[in-house]
Amino acid sequence: MNYEPNEQGYWGEYGGRFVPETLVAPLDELTSGYFAVRDDPGFHAEFQDLLQNYVGRPSPLYYAKRLSETLGGAKIYLKREDLNHTGAHKINNCIGQILLARRMGKKRIIAETGAGQHGVATATVCALFGLECVVYMGTEDMRRQELNVFRMRLLGAEVRGVDSGSCTLKDAINEALRDWVTNVDTTYYLLGSALGPHPYPLMVRDFQSVIGREARDQIIEKEGRLPDVLVACVGGGSNSIGLFHPFLNDNVRMIGVEAGGRGETLGEHAARFMAAGRVGVLQGTKSYLLQDNDGQIALTHSVSAGLDYASIGPEHAYLHDMNRVEYASANDEDALAAFSTLSETEGIIPALESSHAVAHAIKIAPEMSANDIMIVNLSGRGDKDVNTVQEEFVKRNI
Amino acid sequence: MSRITERIIAAKRRGGAFIPFVSAGDPDMATSLSIVLKLAESGSDVIELGVPFSDPMADGPTIQRSSQRALDNGVTLKDVLDLPAEFRKQRDIPIVLFSYFNPILRFGIDEFATAAAASGVDGVLLTDVIEGEAAAISARFADDGIDLISLVAPTTTDERLAAICRNARGFIYAVSRAGVTGARETTSSAAEELVRRVRRFTDLPIAVGFGISTADQVSDVWKYADAAVVGSAIVAEIEKSVSPDDAVRRVEEFVNGLLPPVAKGVDEN
Ligand SMILES: Cc1ncc(COP(=O)(O)O)c(C=O)c1O
Repeated sequence: MNYEPNEQGYWGEYGGRFVPETLVAPLDELTSGYFAVRDDPGFHAEFQDLLQNYVGRPSPLYYAKRLSETLGGAKIYLKREDLNHTGAHKINNCIGQILLARRMGKKRIIAETGAGQHGVATATVCALFGLECVVYMGTEDMRRQELNVFRMRLLGAEVRGVDSGSCTLKDAINEALRDWVTNVDTTYYLLGSALGPHPYPLMVRDFQSVIGREARDQIIEKEGRLPDVLVACVGGGSNSIGLFHPFLNDNVRMIGVEAGGRGETLGEHAARFMAAGRVGVLQGTKSYLLQDNDGQIALTHSVSAGLDYASIGPEHAYLHDMNRVEYASANDEDALAAFSTLSETEGIIPALESSHAVAHAIKIAPEMSANDIMIVNLSGRGDKDVNTVQEEFVKRNI
Repeated sequence: MSRITERIIAAKRRGGAFIPFVSAGDPDMATSLSIVLKLAESGSDVIELGVPFSDPMADGPTIQRSSQRALDNGVTLKDVLDLPAEFRKQRDIPIVLFSYFNPILRFGIDEFATAAAASGVDGVLLTDVIEGEAAAISARFADDGIDLISLVAPTTTDERLAAICRNARGFIYAVSRAGVTGARETTSSAAEELVRRVRRFTDLPIAVGFGISTADQVSDVWKYADAAVVGSAIVAEIEKSVSPDDAVRRVEEFVNGLLPPVAKGVDEN
């Protein structure tokens, strides 16, 4: 199977385009712009060059020996997206999209951000190419990720606080869409996850698939075979789909880890595939969605801003229904514990988002044999989260 | 010809049709009904009722806040559907529900069509459902005698206009400019150009909306289109009100200032 969406951007019943009519023309322009470069060697050469020389790819596939031995089960490898320039996988997608925006002649770039990593990555590529950059960010996230707000400003971006709804990622996306609908002629919307209307979920997945392609080559080189299981955290779904996609036709188990937050009640977590998640339409795409009985979008909670979102990329909804990818959740406590464990056993401070994937690895590795190979996507580094974690530890008397 | 189409064409003969928009349940359901009845008395030809939604991405701050006020009061789609039924006991003006897709999807498209028809709803406009997605829904709504109203925008290509107009019912809602809802002092020249383009593909009446807030804008729109939609400017009056009675009075006063005398008091119903 090739796991391509149909021409309207649907994977099965998921995806598509649910937008105000004004956005159809710019989305069509974006789609044809993207398909024009998708198989263009010139574009890919430019993309690869920046990934190599600016981002620092390929990112290492690191054997976490002490962690593996401490857990006493599977051999755990970490795909080190945390070592990328700007500290997370988000930059891969930004490099791809900024090159596209340039080809499309767009001079003004807008983006939304949750944890601030996508905002920082967008501000970075805008600085690199001298383009105007406006980043929308929920005021709650600005509080949680103060350092990233300052980083974006240092990079010359304008950060606009959004204080509607839950003041988090979802609300930032609404505001970015409002900006785009108003400034369609001049503006390129650089969406940060495998979400939103067609062609974003496809395009972002393509750009992030560099993670899985590298990991596949690297594990074959190191171990002479494919891994048994892949684990990645799932916010909108970009780092996970980027790792998973090149393995979809292999006999490899895959687990996406959602944010279990602080409980199973609606509003206390961001686990779309738990009971409360029902199919719905939000921000341009049809997918699983945390909502109340009246179709209003539910508030979500996670200790990590980057996983705190009510919907999930449509390709994940499809892979879930096909039973090709399993979805689990890790709660705030598990993630905080994993944050400490990885810091102490490997000297690697993971992003709180990535800590959810690590938490799940910690849970399942001991049940596996020493011959089993697991790859965990370490989607980002935890520098941005140190203040939050300190606050959370103080609350818990740790 | 549907009731909506007939009504707008009749109004156009006298100059133009007036279509106000308010969010249902802002500030509460009872006041909303009084406001809508007052709008009917004050020269409205079709009334647009917004279904509150948590994430109104096509709306500017005024309607966002209004939607949120209704939600804060616990207003549900079921409550919204009760309003036309009450209204119908006193007035016969067509009602169009203006909604984002998710609340309808959650309610169930079939269940919604049946309930809306039973409540006396004439049309439904789904902000985030576009041509292609809309065809099946439009056919389903038509079974219950409900028009799915189509939106067109200045960015809509002629090719899409043709496709949209082929399946359109009721009237065509032309968005005056690229952007979100919100009052403006002037109407963009893009609106007139868009209406001219739409005319080539349909005989249905054309309404212009987004950013219309003054009497001058209304009469200007009537020169080249059949109907003018006024939303945020009315909603802003409700927002400023200090009591339910004050809200009704403010809306009445504002609309009286918006419409020329000929258009007023012609509600034959
Ligand atoms: C480090 C990191 N990992 C993961 C995510 C979640 O996003 P996605 O599911 O698109 O990878 C974010 C989002 O901000 C992030 O910053």
